[in-house]
Amino acid sequence: MAKKIQVTVNGKAYSHDVDPRTLLVQYLRDVLGLTGTHVGCDTSNCGACTILVDGQAVKSCTLLAVQADGSEVKTIEGMADNGTLHPLQEGFREEHGLQCGFCTPGMIMASADLLERNPNPTEHEIREALEGNFCRCTGYHNIVKSVQYAAKKISKQEKVA
Amino acid sequence: MIPNSFDYHRATSVDEAIRLMAQHGMDAKLLAGGHSLLPAMKLRLNQPGVLVDIGRLAELRYIKKEGDSLVIGAGATHDDIANSEVARNTLSMLSEAANLIGDVQVRNKGTLGGSLAHADPAADWPAVMIAAHAHIELRGPNGSRTVAADDFFTGFYMTALAEDEIITAIRIPAPPKGTHSSYQKFMQPASRFAIVGCAASVTKDGGVCQKVSVALTGLSDTAFRASNVEAALTGKKLTKENIAAAAQAAGEGVMAMGDHFASEEYRLHLAKVFAKRALMAAAE
Ligand SMILES: Cc1cc2nc3c(=O)[nH]c(=O)nc-3n(C[C@H](O)[C@H](O)[C@H](O)COP(=O)(O)OP(=O)(O)OC[C@H]3O[C@@H](n4cnc5c(N)ncnc54)[C@H](O)[C@@H]3O)c2cc1C
Ligand code: FES
Ligand code: FES
Repeated sequence: MAKKIQVTVNGKAYSHDVDPRTLLVQYLRDVLGLTGTHVGCDTSNCGACTILVDGQAVKSCTLLAVQADGSEVKTIEGMADNGTLHPLQEGFREEHGLQCGFCTPGMIMASADLLERNPNPTEHEIREALEGNFCRCTGYHNIVKSVQYAAKKISKQEKVA
Repeated sequence: MIPNSFDYHRATSVDEAIRLMAQHGMDAKLLAGGHSLLPAMKLRLNQPGVLVDIGRLAELRYIKKEGDSLVIGAGATHDDIANSEVARNTLSMLSEAANLIGDVQVRNKGTLGGSLAHADPAADWPAVMIAAHAHIELRGPNGSRTVAADDFFTGFYMTALAEDEIITAIRIPAPPKGTHSSYQKFMQPASRFAIVGCAASVTKDGGVCQKVSVALTGLSDTAFRASNVEAALTGKKLTKENIAAAAQAAGEGVMAMGDHFASEEYRLHLAKVFAKRALMAAAE
């Protein structure tokens, strides 16, 4: 039996009838066409599908779309502001935090949760916060540098503001 | 991977959830964080016809002091507990264990109640709750009851919970003065579940072990109290030698599990090592 859900995704309100067994990641990709959120493992391990639901990083392959009814969702497509890259996106570009880029949306969304809680993380804290995100290319080193870049940039922006 | 079809109801209160569960009987399952249930449903290991979602119930999501006890709502997430000052101040093994579960994303969704109800033999909370002398509060159509954590885990993915009952809260009595605790685990590097985990709480008076509570997980079909370790240390001076000697009893007489990652012998060896580490840390 289809169920009506209402979600706000990247600031835009949506309402759809969905089959309860629809995974949130399928809803984002197949119904809303937001294919920036990737499916790597589909078994809750790799973190490629990480998005923010009500501000917290979650694996959207392990969440039903109906569970997100009434929630605010943010995906990688919602990170840039009118064409200006989010400091995390800029950090990944500047510090070569990606190679194939498959893991990158999940890395950025998990890092967004981290910087929200802890704007000034140590290298160790960054590595811990990204434990649920796998990268097959970079060896993680530049990913950590990318997050450090973003943390610095955000704290500078806040000082100016 | 897509689960089988099911009907979905989001309960607006615990009472409504109990009503819905009674109405749909054996075909219904509660859904909390979904981080054990949904993976199992995607693999079709579990195919409930009805899900009753209790994941948004504010009445189940709290951590508070009540008199001398710490009371944690079944809907508190691992992340809630990891960040709770009262939990850390009551028994530091609560925040240590919470922080060692899965990864941030898992901790943001998974709940204490869901973990205890699921009773995975490699889960962390069952050992911590046994070591903490916790009481698990259950509510069903016929009212409420309380089961000691010692009696709650009855076997491989089995508990004292009845089909129509909900875990509402976990009550942890205030530990006596001079008590310190620790949770130490050797984790599966991919899943981060415990290969072996040990929760220990030690009450110390003048360097002597007045009381000790030790529980192990990951070793066998269910978490259990390591009574022989407790007996070997109670009343003894908390020296490195006495702790090491007591830890030798960990896993004695237990039918250990073995898999491609860790054999029975290796798990039994780890039980001693991690019992010693947890006791050393708690006795500091
Ligand atoms: C990648 C990954 C890594 C993980 N790593 C670890 C780890 O290192 N250590 C660890 O311990 N766990 C680990 N887990 C499991 C995780 O902690 C789960 O969140 C937890 O076991 C289940 O909680 P839940 O709220 O998600 O329950 P759900 O999946 O929603 O439910 C699990 C079961 O409990 C029942 N249930 C839920 N709530 C209640 C309630 N209040 N009363 C009665 N029944 C209820 C459900 O009906 C279901 O049968 C991991 C999970 C994943 C996906
Ligand atoms: S696709 Fe969700 S964790 Fe890998
Ligand atoms: S950049 Fe290829 S998986 Fe991370």
